[in-house]
This record gives sequence, structure tokens and C-alpha cells, in this order.
Amino acid sequence: MAKQSYQPVLLANVGKPESHTLRAYEAGGGYRGLRQVLREKSPQDVVALVKASLLRGRGGAGFPTGLKWSFLPEDHPGPIYLCVNADESEPGTFVNRVQMEHDPHQVLEGIIISAYATRASTAYIYLRYEYPLCLRRMQTAIDEAREKGYLGKNILGSGWSLEVYIHRGAGAYVCGEETGLIESIEGKRAWPRIKPPFPAVEGLFRKPTVVNNVETLACVKHIVDRGLEWFKSIGVPPAPDNPRDPGSYGPKLFGISGHVNRPGCYERPLGISARELIEQCGGGVRQGRKLKAVVPGGLSTGVMTADEIDTPMDFSGPLKVGCLGLGTGCLIVLDETYSMVDFLYNSCRFFAHESCGQCTPCREGTHWSVAMLERIRAGRGRLKDLELLLEIGDTIGIIPGTTICGLADGAAWPIKTAIRKFRGEFEDYIKRTNPGGYQTVHPVAWFEGNGSAGAGSAAVKH
Amino acid sequence: MPTVIIDGRELRLSEGERLNGIEAARRVGIEIPHYCWHPGLSVVGSCRMCLVEVGARDPKTGKVTMQPKLAPACNTIVADGMVLVTESEKVALARARVEEGLLLRHPIDCPICDKAGECRLQDYHFQHGQDQRRADIRPFTSRRRDIGDITLFVDRCIMCSRCVRFVNEISGTGELMVVNRGAHEEIDVAPGYPLHNKLSGNVVDLCPVGALADKDFLYRQRVWFLRNHKSVCTRCATGCSIWIDENQDRIYRVRPRENPHVNRWWICNEGRYGHSYVHDPRRLTSPVRRTAAGRAPVDWSEVIDEAPKRFQAARRPAGVISPFLTVEEAFLLCRLLHKWHGQVVLAVGPVPSTDADETFPGGFVISAEKCPNRRGVEAVVSHFAGGVIGWEEFLARAARSEFDAVWITAGYPLPWIDAEQASKPAGVETLVVQDLFPSPLSDRADFELPGAAWAEREGSYVNRNHWLQTARWTIRPPAGVRTEGSLFWELLGREGLYRAQAVLEEAAVEIAYFSPARGPVPEEGVQLTPPTADEPSAAPLSRGPTAIRR
Repeated sequence: MAKQSYQPVLLANVGKPESHTLRAYEAGGGYRGLRQVLREKSPQDVVALVKASLLRGRGGAGFPTGLKWSFLPEDHPGPIYLCVNADESEPGTFVNRVQMEHDPHQVLEGIIISAYATRASTAYIYLRYEYPLCLRRMQTAIDEAREKGYLGKNILGSGWSLEVYIHRGAGAYVCGEETGLIESIEGKRAWPRIKPPFPAVEGLFRKPTVVNNVETLACVKHIVDRGLEWFKSIGVPPAPDNPRDPGSYGPKLFGISGHVNRPGCYERPLGISARELIEQCGGGVRQGRKLKAVVPGGLSTGVMTADEIDTPMDFSGPLKVGCLGLGTGCLIVLDETYSMVDFLYNSCRFFAHESCGQCTPCREGTHWSVAMLERIRAGRGRLKDLELLLEIGDTIGIIPGTTICGLADGAAWPIKTAIRKFRGEFEDYIKRTNPGGYQTVHPVAWFEGNGSAGAGSAAVKH
Repeated sequence: MPTVIIDGRELRLSEGERLNGIEAARRVGIEIPHYCWHPGLSVVGSCRMCLVEVGARDPKTGKVTMQPKLAPACNTIVADGMVLVTESEKVALARARVEEGLLLRHPIDCPICDKAGECRLQDYHFQHGQDQRRADIRPFTSRRRDIGDITLFVDRCIMCSRCVRFVNEISGTGELMVVNRGAHEEIDVAPGYPLHNKLSGNVVDLCPVGALADKDFLYRQRVWFLRNHKSVCTRCATGCSIWIDENQDRIYRVRPRENPHVNRWWICNEGRYGHSYVHDPRRLTSPVRRTAAGRAPVDWSEVIDEAPKRFQAARRPAGVISPFLTVEEAFLLCRLLHKWHGQVVLAVGPVPSTDADETFPGGFVISAEKCPNRRGVEAVVSHFAGGVIGWEEFLARAARSEFDAVWITAGYPLPWIDAEQASKPAGVETLVVQDLFPSPLSDRADFELPGAAWAEREGSYVNRNHWLQTARWTIRPPAGVRTEGSLFWELLGREGLYRAQAVLEEAAVEIAYFSPARGPVPEEGVQLTPPTADEPSAAPLSRGPTAIRR
């Protein structure tokens, strides 16, 4: 099969001895692209190249990278900042970690080229706190690169200078939102900013700022190295019926976790189906069990049922089955033994815990959803709770316009997709665990000894 | 001319005007509910109460296309052709859900909450909320926490972050912060760094719910018993516009009144809590006459009979006009003394002052000059006397026995004269002291007259920037006290009751400085032209920091 013979590019160095060192990276042709860019190309050329490649951000939203760069003001006196989003906190996602631990120089070269293209004078790598090895290896890589003149003042004699700093997060999911990340680097509480203004106009320290994901920047490096044709030969072209679809070109790192035989990080072209990923890369569902559901790209994208796993994993594929999008491309595979009620409870607990608490709908909606699921799991569920959960799911988030950032969408999609796609299971669960009171429509007292709790509440029927 | 359509009503904006949806809607008489937005603070757009539908009208076809998602009006700068819909079903549902969310964990302890009656959460719930509670979360108890100048009721907070932005942007002291995350968020201070600054009281007004409570006001009065009066603060030369909230002639609270020309939305704690002297039991409440037999309370009629005779018979009378008097009172007193004796010497009373003005990052200024009306009084005095004599010069001349009849007005909220100064005037046969409190000087007075406090009087004050504002009386003076204005009015033999408006009109005709104050003075006041260039007026307040982001 052609797909099995796919030659990894982003992960090409992973597994080689000493792959994280500059020596090994240079031996494999590293930093040749950077030399060539600095010698032959202007920043505008690089932006044009990335724009033409239709590279889309790998962090989750899939925004075209070249377009994002072109929003920077043309004649800004500077400084312009590049922020690298390495706060990989999406549940089920770990591909940036593999890149930074095993091939930090590839990431760094991507950062340097992208900073050159965006005319940034300083780049900040916002690194997740829970990645200590990444911190060590990225810092070593920065030190090595500086020694070799790839970083610092007057890089490779081009007259252009760049400083790269690592800023370590403190374990908050919302810091992965670009303006939350910016606030956090500024030393503030990571409350995402209201947009407009967008970071490209007023970002870090109120200067124009570009925020890109680690994997996106690594792709930039390869686009510069290998050219447009190579990049566009991989992936899915734009849908002909949608003039605004930029397509899904390029290689993508897919993480597979959950109930599979070989969880891990795999590189495949965009557009591969979830089934292929699970069967070919993940080695199938563990212990030969039946597949129940798949989270296509990090928890916030929602779930697909076993029937939907032929969906192509490109930027528009998961949308077609009601998921939020490709997300980070990291699958979480659930087998038949796992309860969707537990899945949703875990999901809601995560998002309630991580909600920054700024916008009312997200702060209260996530909290309320957990309270309801806790009650359902304690045997006091009502069928009406499903309606309330769906209402929360349908009304919080940036898509209905009720929050500042996308965290609430991430909280909403698992609720919406899990309940809509597995409604029978939820209803069975509630009826089974609360046979006397599942039809109650009035608010149920949650604590013991407070009137209508438990079976007694069956008296209040609609 | 840019035109915006809000709920079908057209609003024309002047060129270059930057309004957000809430401000624009207000112009056409539509109130968009909001918690976190405040015109004086940066925009965070987090409460989501001001969500509206936004669309655009095609200038050629006139066709309106609405965006599918809701947008916060506070962060929507209206532009030509923009269409806002604030009353659709979609918007109403969104508001109802925000209200429901805010009430999920709110203790709903309105019966014991100071804010009840003027609480946004209450008002909006009745206007926009749902009639039934669907949630099964039992609200927490109402925890109270002392965070310094102010008390915090932790669970009543709705996380609008106005107070946090205030201490960051306006007072610049940054004591308050948000701790924890999500539904566990609370407002708090760092240990050992309580909320303590000269503007801290403003966070109570900013708080849309009852989370931040004023220790001075807490549990003292239900707000629906209070009557609110527009007034002017007299504690320094900034002259902030204020609300005086009183019930049955007792002041319970002073709050800032929005005035873009003076104080914008803020006042300092000195002005806010500096009203207790009005109800001080030590206040003078009856005229006292000193005779050879001793001091004895007398009736006002005796003063009104006796004083003119004494001053008319005097060889060299003098008057001291306190900078706490209003323009009208000063004008009447000067006119009166001048009528009694053409050679009267007029001086301006002592001007209390601290070292320097205090300017805060948000542009608010607490003046070093701790009196409200030096400029107004000086203008009046120099009109009648041809020049201004200061307090020191007056004392020096009085010590040389230059004056045989002296009328001294005071009205200072703090002790203003010591025994040493009070002993200086010599050879005075008739000393009239009109003051709030007994002082070493009033003990020596032949006539000790009780004065009225600022909230009891009526008239105009000219602030440090020559901005004139008029205040009406808000409470009645204690029994036995006559307000300065009415006393001078009667002594001048004028008909009827004292009318400050008529006096200001008279002053505006006679004195060029006050000429902009002719006719009714607008609520926010009028700008007077500084008389000479001897004193550079302080820079006018710049536009609020609405454009500043966190």
C-alpha cells in the first residue's frame, strides 16, 4: 500500500541516535534551508511562499498561516514578536512533545525562518510546564544554535538578529489560546483578550504579534527546504464547491491514544481516514474489542461513532460528522467497555477546571454541566438533564458568539456530540440508575436530606 | 455623515466619533444591559450581558445582512451602515442565559444585602431573567472577607472585574486581583497588602452587585429610603460632582456623580467619607452673645437688630470671607458689609492646604488646596475691595488694632485657628464669628453665630480650573442654625426667601468673571475665564482611558 510506504518528513529524525543534538541535525542537512533563505530570499518571498503553500495552522483551528502573517502591519517600526505555541494541553495530544524532545533543531529552524519572514526580532516559545525534557532539549538547542551563529545578532552575516526565549507556562489549558498565551507571557493572568484588535495588530506588549504552533513552524521549515510542489503533492486539494476552502495540504502528525494496541505519534498525509490511522498505525483496538467512539483531534473536537471513522482526517472531514474540526489531529480511541457517561463527565470536569472564568456562559455553563453529570452518576439523573446539557452545549462558545475564546466551544462539542450520538446510552443509564425519578422535571436537590431527593422525587411528575 | 441603525432607529454620528454599541444605543434611548463595561475602564467584554445582533446595510441596495453570531456591544465600535438589534428573541435568550448563569451560585441574600434596590443583578433579572430556576446547584453561603478599606462578600461577586481594572488603571495601586480559576474564582488581595488607597471607595460604586460593600454605609440604611441629591464636594479645590444620599436630614452616603469636566466617574475617600462633621454634636446651634455679664444664647432677631448698628457706627470695619462660602453668600456678605460701611476692608479667610496635588494614573486629581471656592471668593472680594487681602495680612493689620468691627466667616470642617492666632486681633469692639464649631476665636466673639454646613447651603463653587458648579441644599440645618445665605439676604432687607439663583445672576451681571454663569447653570457647570494669567490653570482632564486595554 502506498500509504504504508509513506516516508516521514517531520518525524524523519525521530529514532535516530542523538537526534536532538545539533551535530546529528546538521548531518541530516539541517539549517541548510535557513542559510539559503537568508542568502536568497526576502521576508516577503517567504511569506509569499507560505501563502502559496496554503499551509494551515496545526494547533487546532486550521487558520492559513501565510494569511495570518500577512495581517501584520506593513511598515511597523517594530518590535514584532513571534510567539510559539508549545503549550500543548489539549487532552490526548502529544505530538509537539515528540518534536521538541526528539528534533528540537527542526522546530528551532522553523522558528528562525518564520521570524525572518514576519520580521520578528524576538521569539518566545511558550512551553507547557509539564514538559521538562522539552525544556532542557529546546534550551540546549537554542544555546547550540546561538554558538553556531544561527541565532543572536547578525545571523549568518545577514544583518538580521533574533533572540529566542523559552517561557514556561504554569499548567493552564487556557494559555494555549493565543491571546491568553500573550497575557501569560506579559506576566498577567491568562484571561484571553477580546478581539478585535487581533494579535497581528496589537499583541504581545501591545506590539504586532504572530502566534504559531510548533508543528506549523516545523512545516514552514520543510516548505522552504523542499518547495511548494512537494508540499502540495501531499494532502487534500480544496473542495471545488467551496471557494473559501484552502484545502488541507501537507504532512500531519497524528497522535493515537486510548484503547489501541500501539498508541503513539505517527506522521501521515492529511486526508487519511481515522480507520486507517487506527488500524494501520495504532494496530487496531486493544484486545480485539469493538470500537465505540473516536475523538478525532483532541477532546474539544467532540466524538465520532464507530460508523463515522471512514471520515478523512483533513481540516474539513470531521466537520462533516458534526465534530468541531480536525483539532490537533490526535485521536482518542474508546472501545466498547467505556461508558459515554463517564467520558462526558471526565470531559466536562476537565473544561470546568480549565475554564479561565472570565466569560459568564463558559464559567457557569461548564460548572453546571459537571454538577449535572455528577448528579447523574450519583443515581439522581433526570431525562431533562440531557436537554439542559444540550442547551448549554449549543449556547456556549465563540461560534454562537457568547464567549471571548474557543475554550467554551471545546467544552460544548463533547457534550453535543456525545449526547446526540449516544443518546440511547445516556437515557438507559439515567433510567437504570434512577428508576424512580428520571422523569422529574423540577430542579432536584443534590444533597442528602433535602426534600425531594432520590426515589421520593418521583412524586413530582410532569 | 455616518449613520447607524439600532432597533430600526437611525442614529447619526458626527465625523470621527468613536462610540461602542452601548453608548450608541443610549443616544437613541435604548439601554443595553451590561455588567463589566464601564466608560471609565478598559473593555474586557466578559460578562456577555450586552450581546446584540450585529449586521450591515448595503449602501447601494439597502439590504441588511446580519452576522450569525452574537457580538458584545461593548466591544463593537459602531460604524457607518452598521445595524444593531438589541431586542430580538435570540438576544433575549442570551441575556436570560447569562442571568441564569450568574444566579447559579449567587447566594441570593438580597434581604441582607446592602446593594438590594440598586443592584444590577436584581434589576436585570426582573427585566431579562427567566421566571423559574432550572438549576439544581445549591448556592453557597455568603462569605464575608475583610480586604482593607472595603468589605468583600465573596459569593455575591459576578466576576465583572471592574474593581480589579479600577485599581490597575485609575488608582494605579493594583491591590485587587482574581484568584483561582473558573467557577472557583474570587476577588482577593495579596496577604499583607490590603485594599488601601485614597480612591478605594469607588470600587463599591463600580460593583454592579453587593460584593464590595462600604464599611461606612454597611447595614445603616436601605437604599430605597434614601433620597439622592445632586451636589458638589467641598473638601478640596477639585470640586467633584457628587450625589448626597440622605434620609430625614441625615447624610448616609456620598457618591460620585458623573461629570466629564471635573471628576468623570470618581471621587476620593476624603470627599466620600468626609461628611460626618455635618452631624457632629459639637456643632454650634444657637447665636451666642457675649456681654459683660458673660456669654448667653440669644435669638437671631437680636443679631439682626444689633449687628447693622454696630457696623454702621464702626470707624474701620472689616470682613473675612471664608473660601468655604459659596459665590452667592460671599457676594451677599460683601454687598452687606459694603452697604453698612463704604470703607470696609475685605479679606479672604485662610486657605488650608497640603503639600502638593495628588494625581492618579487615571487622571484623577486630589487638590492640595483643601477648600472649594477660593477662586470664586477672591473674584467677589476683589470686585468689592479692588484687591484681595490674605488671611496673614488681615491678622497682621488686626493685631495693629486697625479694625474695630470684624465679621469673620469660617465653616471649616477641621479646626482652623489656634489660640495664638485667635489672640492676635486687638482693639476689636465688635467681633462676629460665624462658624460650625466652637474655636478659640469664637470664644472671644461678641456674636458667635452658628453657620451651616455645605450640604445645608445653596450656591456655587469655582474649582481649581475655574469651573463653576451650583449645588442645591440637600438637608435642613440643625434647629437654631440659619444658613449664611438667608441671614445675609435678610440683613440686606431683601424680600422673601434667599434665592441663590437670583444672587448668582446679579453677580454675573456685575462681575465679568462670573458672566458665563448667567442664566441657569447647567448640571455639570460652566467654565469661567481665568481673570489673569497669574495662575496657570491645571490641564483639563483628558478623555477617559476607554481605549487603553489591559
